[in-house]
Amino acid sequence: MASEEKKEREPNFMQAHRGLNSWLYTLDHKRLGLLYLGTTMLFFLVGGIAAITLRTELLTPEGDLVSATTYNKLFTVHGAVMVFLVIIPSVPGALGNFLLPLMLGAKDVAFPRLNLLSYYIYSLGALFFIVTLFTGGLDTGWTFYTPYSTTTGTAVVTATAGAFILGFSSILTGLNFMVTIHKMRAPGMTWNRMPLFVWAIYATAVIQVLATPVLAITLLLLIVERTLGIGIFDPAMGGDPVLFQHFFWFYSHPAVYIMILPGFGIISELIAVHSRKHIFGYKAIALSSVAIAIISFLVWGHHMFVSGQSELAGIVFSFLTFAVAVPTAIKVFSWVATLYKGSIEFNTPMLYGLMFLFTFTIGGLTGVFLGTLSVDVHLHDTYFVVAHFHYVMMGGTIIAFIGGLHHWWPKMTGKMYDEGKAKWGALLVFIGFNMTFFNQFVMGQQGMPRRYYEYVPQYTQQHVLSTVGSYILTAGLFWTLIYLLQSLKDGKQASDNPWGGASLEWQTQSPPIEHNFHGQPVVDTDPYNFPEIDRSGAMDEH
Amino acid sequence: MSDHHPTRPGGSEPHAFLAHHFNTPGQQAGAAKLGMWAFLATEVLMFSGLFLAYFIIRMQYPEMVLGAHEYLNKTAGGINTVVLITSSVTMALAVRSAQVGDTPAIKRYLLMTIGFAFVFMVVKYFEYSAKIEHGMLPGKFYSAHEHGYDIPGLPHIFFAIYFCMTGLHGIHVLVGIGVLTWVYLRANKGHFGPSYYTPVENVGLYWHLVDLIWIFLFPLLYLVK
Amino acid sequence: MILNLLMMMAPEAAGKAAEGAGKAAEAAGNAAASAAPGMPSAEAIQGLHKFPVEAPHSWATLPQASTFAEGVDTLYLFIVALSVFFFVLVMGAMFWFMHKYRRLSPDQKTSSITHNGKIEFLWSAIPAVLLVVIFIWGEIDFVKQTAPPSDAIDIRVTGQKWSWTVEYPDYPGKILTSNNVEPRVTMIVPKGRPIRLTMTSRDVIHSFYIPAFRVKRDVVPGRYTNMWFEPTQVGEFNLFCAEYCGDQHSRMTGIVKVVEPELFEDILADYAKLEPNEGESMADFGGRIYSIRGCNACHSTDGSAKVGPSWKGLWGKTESLADGSSITVDGADGENYLKESILDPNAKVVSGFAPQMPPYAGQLSDQHIEALIAYIKTLK
Ligand code: HEA
Ligand code: HEA
Ligand code: HEC
Ligand code: CUA
Ligand SMILES: [Cu+2]
Repeated sequence: MASEEKKEREPNFMQAHRGLNSWLYTLDHKRLGLLYLGTTMLFFLVGGIAAITLRTELLTPEGDLVSATTYNKLFTVHGAVMVFLVIIPSVPGALGNFLLPLMLGAKDVAFPRLNLLSYYIYSLGALFFIVTLFTGGLDTGWTFYTPYSTTTGTAVVTATAGAFILGFSSILTGLNFMVTIHKMRAPGMTWNRMPLFVWAIYATAVIQVLATPVLAITLLLLIVERTLGIGIFDPAMGGDPVLFQHFFWFYSHPAVYIMILPGFGIISELIAVHSRKHIFGYKAIALSSVAIAIISFLVWGHHMFVSGQSELAGIVFSFLTFAVAVPTAIKVFSWVATLYKGSIEFNTPMLYGLMFLFTFTIGGLTGVFLGTLSVDVHLHDTYFVVAHFHYVMMGGTIIAFIGGLHHWWPKMTGKMYDEGKAKWGALLVFIGFNMTFFNQFVMGQQGMPRRYYEYVPQYTQQHVLSTVGSYILTAGLFWTLIYLLQSLKDGKQASDNPWGGASLEWQTQSPPIEHNFHGQPVVDTDPYNFPEIDRSGAMDEH
Repeated sequence: MSDHHPTRPGGSEPHAFLAHHFNTPGQQAGAAKLGMWAFLATEVLMFSGLFLAYFIIRMQYPEMVLGAHEYLNKTAGGINTVVLITSSVTMALAVRSAQVGDTPAIKRYLLMTIGFAFVFMVVKYFEYSAKIEHGMLPGKFYSAHEHGYDIPGLPHIFFAIYFCMTGLHGIHVLVGIGVLTWVYLRANKGHFGPSYYTPVENVGLYWHLVDLIWIFLFPLLYLVK
Repeated sequence: MILNLLMMMAPEAAGKAAEGAGKAAEAAGNAAASAAPGMPSAEAIQGLHKFPVEAPHSWATLPQASTFAEGVDTLYLFIVALSVFFFVLVMGAMFWFMHKYRRLSPDQKTSSITHNGKIEFLWSAIPAVLLVVIFIWGEIDFVKQTAPPSDAIDIRVTGQKWSWTVEYPDYPGKILTSNNVEPRVTMIVPKGRPIRLTMTSRDVIHSFYIPAFRVKRDVVPGRYTNMWFEPTQVGEFNLFCAEYCGDQHSRMTGIVKVVEPELFEDILADYAKLEPNEGESMADFGGRIYSIRGCNACHSTDGSAKVGPSWKGLWGKTESLADGSSITVDGADGENYLKESILDPNAKVVSGFAPQMPPYAGQLSDQHIEALIAYIKTLK
């Protein structure tokens, strides 16, 4: 591997073929990664614009900017786009696709055609969402609760069909990655030598494969109920509307871990590489992902404590919810412990990594409030929940994603971004994010219900603060988008391994060549074995 | 897709269907099989959603389910069960023939399997049209009472779940006919032999699953006690 | 934000302030009631209320107005304290390491520790134990919330898009409603008595939420759900619909009025009374029913269609019905049609509208209907 540098630089994967068709029909996981990156970011923008509009509406207690119907469509579109088109596909689709085979030392994923198919299925699902937007929108909330969703006049069928299709994309991606990890590892890469990002993608893939089919069938039943009126969810026909909620959350709770686990994977890489230390508790981090993947199937009822499910069910679900918090706690502690006696460099990826620790811990801890039965009775469907899930989704996954994007940007594009500008962006995002969502906890504890278009004047000040915060956040994100795009044009050429990473993706050129590596890489050590690690024992006196 | 590397590490004989990103046919076959199993897992989970709905309905309205199921045609269901089980046997024989490289036998057994699948669909057709005629339809289309059938309770829910489950299963049979035909055409070109029979094997796995699901559907829907 | 935290830590003080405000409001209400016995102020009946002022300012905490509130808040604060502790611990360590181990030279050596079984066990076990404590605590309070005492006052709650109907089976004929036009008293309960709500919905799922009591329960069509509480503070409190139910979800709000138990029946009778005032014309009385009983939620008087057809010009108009026939709303036939439309609205559905109107049979007397028809006749 050491002689790589001396060889003539081969054309990279973007130069290897040219023209539109070389992108549209590509089987190269790296190109597909970039396609996912572009598409998910586009939808991030769409979801973000909806968010900013609805936040602006909430500046005043009265409904004035948009009509009630429009507001309801706005938060539905915002939630559905962010969940189904952004956060679930973004990390696995963009970073996972790009990096997984590189990290494993493989030439591609196990099923490249299937990979392309997933991307097109994703695009088709997205198209359905777009059609929904133009055929009257959707006003059910991203949760599609029956019987509202079976009776409302909006385009429920197109939207749910879209989500149904997106589910298949997600299943196929998960399946592909799972097989890739099992079968495509380079010689010498034992399970214990896989980067933690790969472990995280693996746990995610398991959930995708096991949970998404249930969503598919749920949405199918909803579609059939709405078009044919089969009566399964319709109380007027003897059906049970709450049954839908069970089905929905059976998928959607595990789905929140589909959203966060890849983020966890990114953070493990960022923290270890930029503190030049072996990750603390490799096995604990890897196995806790698997533990989360398993337990996460048993806690869905915590979204339904006040829905009229049986008391006993509530108690069991609450207990299991706490059980799933422990493996997450293990990870958080291990990341912090990794910093101990490290050599910490405060570059942008690391700043996002540390920011993640801050915001995700808040998000996770507030999940504990919601898991507590008596407290959740009060907090359920208030802004406390809104704040909780933004702290874990935006403050968790999206922050991790942006950090990962900066970390692998040189590898993916071959260019360095402007570090100074990037730090300003990170600062704006940090301030804006916390300003938007922190006081929503307070608001929620005071009883402000979610999905409210107008509100009791008592909450005005908090909403104003939140809206102003969201503007700062938006400024930070646009700033980030701009300097990243700029770097494509005038960025410095990046070296193959700008951060001194030890995992395989850093061993090939930036951007990688079409078949990833010149020869078959062979692995003889673990991915966190940095040269700075002091083996003399001098550092380790306790 | 088909750029061949002259030498492969791990090298067994190179053959025509090894994709560029795999090192050995063994790796490729292993990947395909694991992928198929994972896919079957998703299928099982998808149906399990419907089974769950079925059990909840059965728990909520035991009398009604008992009453309504009487109107399903046990003979037709029974015949279909036998047909599917037999087709699973012929499918297994097709896979076996592929493993030993007996192309005419692969083709013969595949044709038989496809034939049974058609028989299944034909029986299904007669069953469905009887149901439609008698107005035993899901939800708001239910009108059996107008045809003189007085089923107590809320039978439209039973027929809803009946049509959902057997319908989704029927779609799987149709898809099965499609992929069986595809494998047949490939067998016709002589693609399969002892060193490469993954597609036959995977389609076989799929077909066994379709069979298995029916084996659960039949007693649950037709033979309620 | 610091102010927030401080306020969260001191719920009692804020609660007391709110209680004071509540008492004053109640005193004023009583004064009005006693000024003309049996003759409540027009304002009280019209219910032209503003939202109650629950907290002195935007950052204060909610009043603790039921027996559950304190328990929930105490547990809440316990989790806040625990979270702050862990947050400070984790962040403290992080910032300390960030400072102590920042990179000073490019080849700075790092430790070769990769794990430490003891520490890892501790940081799994300690949170686990604490979480079990929280779980048990929350569970005990929750079980209390699901078991109403047997001497509770029964109240029926019906949710529908987008109003609440509150009936008192123990006090026949007493009905209060909310509407989506302005906030008004929707439920009156005596202080210090357990109240049991039996709830159902006419259309989609709603959720009955009184933040000051820390209670919430979904209201589901096709089944009955229960909830109970015991108010501990006299005053007026917000009532919200907490489950998304469509366009006017955020207007499906009302006011819960807690009164001294000895005044309860009188005040309830005042608010629920629906009789013509002295000297009031039938049409004016009808106008009041229109607003009190929430017809205004779906019917406008200015010609604009809401959920239901406008009443403007209804009298004398030829209405086409969904079944293809049509009817002229005039004379005795017209009056009968209107009466039927109110008591059994789905019998004849106006074309172009979904049959969304709830039936009012048993809820409105002949006199009320007469008044409503008189009112409709005036809307030319
Ligand atoms: C990325 C997504 C994500 C993640 C990771 C989580 C993580 C968790 N969530 Fe969250 N959640 C959502 C996304 C997510 N959630 C969404 C989208 C909703 C709302 C959906 C909707 O209604 O629209 C929701 C709603 C939701 C509810 C329902 C609320 C309601 O509607 O009433 C509950 C209730 O139990 C809950 C609990 C939890 C818990 C216990 C965790 C745990 O996994 C958190 C574990 C982490 C920690 C605990 C922090 C770190 C630990 C330590 C520092 C150790 C010390 C800690 C202690 C001793 C306590 N979540
Ligand atoms: C991934 C998930 C995600 C993300 C990131 C966000 C992001 C944001 N959300 Fe959202 N939100 C949800 C998921 C998410 N949300 C869900 C599931 C709901 C529930 C819906 C329901 O009730 O049904 C919800 C609901 C919700 C509400 C409650 C509405 C209500 O109940 O009435 C509010 C209100 O403040 C809100 C605000 C915001 C804001 C201000 C942001 C901001 O952070 C957004 C900022 C982003 C931008 C402005 C886009 C900028 C992007 C670019 C410039 C391109 C990026 C490119 C690069 C950086 C490379 N969201
Ligand atoms: C939830 C919404 C809703 C509420 C509340 C409501 N209505 Fe209606 N109403 C409708 C709808 C929708 C229609 C049209 C469909 C129909 O005829 O059933 C209607 C029709 C009517 C009609 C017939 C109108 C015509 O144009 O022929 C009358 C009269 C009427 N309502 C009276 C009342 C009265 C009196 C009240 C209050 C005591 C009331 N409604 C409350 C929704 C409502
Ligand atoms: Cu009723 Cu929301
Ligand atoms: Cu959950």
